Amino acid sequence: MAGRLSWPVAVAAGIALAVLVLPPAALVLRAPWADLPELLARESVIQALVLSFATATLATAICLVLGVPLAALLARAADWPTLPRRVLRAAVTVPLVLPPVVGGIAMLLLLGRRGPIGRLLEEWFGVTVPFTTGAVVLAQVFVSLPFLVFAVEGALRSADRRTELAAATLGASRWQVFRFVTLPLVAPGVAAGAVLCFTRALGEFGATITFAGSLPGVTRTLPIASYLAMQSDPDEAIALALLLLAVSVIVLLGLRDRWLPGVRA
Amino acid sequence: MTDAAARPDAAGPRPALHADVVVSRGDLEIAAAFDVVPRHPLAVIGPNGAGKSSVLSAIAGLVPLESGRVRIGTRTLDGLPPERRRIGLVFQDYVLFPHLTVRDNVAFATRMRGGRTAARAAADPWLERYGLAPLAGRYPAELSGGQAQRVALARALAAEPEVLLLDEPMSALDVEVRAEMRTELATHVREFGGATVLVTHSPADAAALADSVLVLEAGRVTQRGTLDELRAAPATPYVERMLAASAD
Repeated sequence: MAGRLSWPVAVAAGIALAVLVLPPAALVLRAPWADLPELLARESVIQALVLSFATATLATAICLVLGVPLAALLARAADWPTLPRRVLRAAVTVPLVLPPVVGGIAMLLLLGRRGPIGRLLEEWFGVTVPFTTGAVVLAQVFVSLPFLVFAVEGALRSADRRTELAAATLGASRWQVFRFVTLPLVAPGVAAGAVLCFTRALGEFGATITFAGSLPGVTRTLPIASYLAMQSDPDEAIALALLLLAVSVIVLLGLRDRWLPGVRA
Repeated sequence: MTDAAARPDAAGPRPALHADVVVSRGDLEIAAAFDVVPRHPLAVIGPNGAGKSSVLSAIAGLVPLESGRVRIGTRTLDGLPPERRRIGLVFQDYVLFPHLTVRDNVAFATRMRGGRTAARAAADPWLERYGLAPLAGRYPAELSGGQAQRVALARALAAEPEVLLLDEPMSALDVEVRAEMRTELATHVREFGGATVLVTHSPADAAALADSVLVLEAGRVTQRGTLDELRAAPATPYVERMLAASAD
């Protein structure tokens, strides 16, 4: 790629960059900075903030517990026959390509009162899932799990298995191999996956509003609160949006070169 | 488990290696039997894919034996996991721990037996001997090929192995530094003083590092002897070609 870009390429690249950068810039410029402390101190805002961070944190924890083993399975599947390997990979990819609203409707059909699992839960335990805080967490887990799984799988694959063999020839027991070699080698991937998973869960909107609704303090998360406020009180909506933007920027700066392959300078 | 810290100069009487291994790798069955006595290193030489590395992996316990047995002195290694065999293995491309400094790589084996501080201190004489002291704080990604080889060797020998296995130790090095590193490696192998097996496809490596040669082709031993004996009567076309190529 030596030499200068031809002008059509340069112009198109410039427009693309503007598409990416101008909207967040407008948000920052148009923000009601003076009123921000008052806006952020509002009951409705704090409620949404607390709910969002609590549910996204719980969703991330669940993704870690379930996703790391799934990533291990996926990494192991490299030696499987083609068909089951592709089916497995496609299954993990579904939430990435599926519109979140579709995911929400699907979860409603599965876990709603008349759904195959939802009916059993209600009959056996008297539990209804949809339109609860639990439904918020489930929706977040559904959309964010692939981020964690693929990040950890990548780390597991790139960790040279022979380093584990080398450790064994140097006297390391199986546990020591895991503790001193495998874990330190995959930890950055697990951390990166958890952070991506958390941000995706925090931003979840479509599946949440479909499956969990918008009950203040129960299922009304930051993105939903922001969307609703836009109709009645744009300043509050902007304040909420700014909060979400701030989290994204912090994550971007934190992950920068080490873990996000696309953001390596 | 000895508590005495491993030292580079702590060479007592060393046992011999008796290997009689049959392993399979894909469709290829590899069978090789040989004894190696201390101070008389053996070079296993052969074309790519002959199964040379598999023989080393089998001795080190990294792949299971189909049949046969491995002994060090009178100690039988059958069924022992790699971590209890006391066999040092230097991998072809060294496989250093990328997340550990040079010092912690060399200290790894001692660290597995005790505390971190003691292990780091025990690494010092090894770092000195291999000229690695100035590099102690570096990570493997910051090393040249020759430096990485020194670390790999120091790391393996700091574990106080009874037997040392070297898998193509020169192949990851730039051609310009090979001759120099070969001489250096020969010195270290001599100082180690235990039974040593080296895998190579280069007669020059075999000449510099080993006393005798075992030729492995397609999983079978086709000839054994000194390089001179091979030259006098090459048993297969491969041996003939290999020796002719090295004469250039």
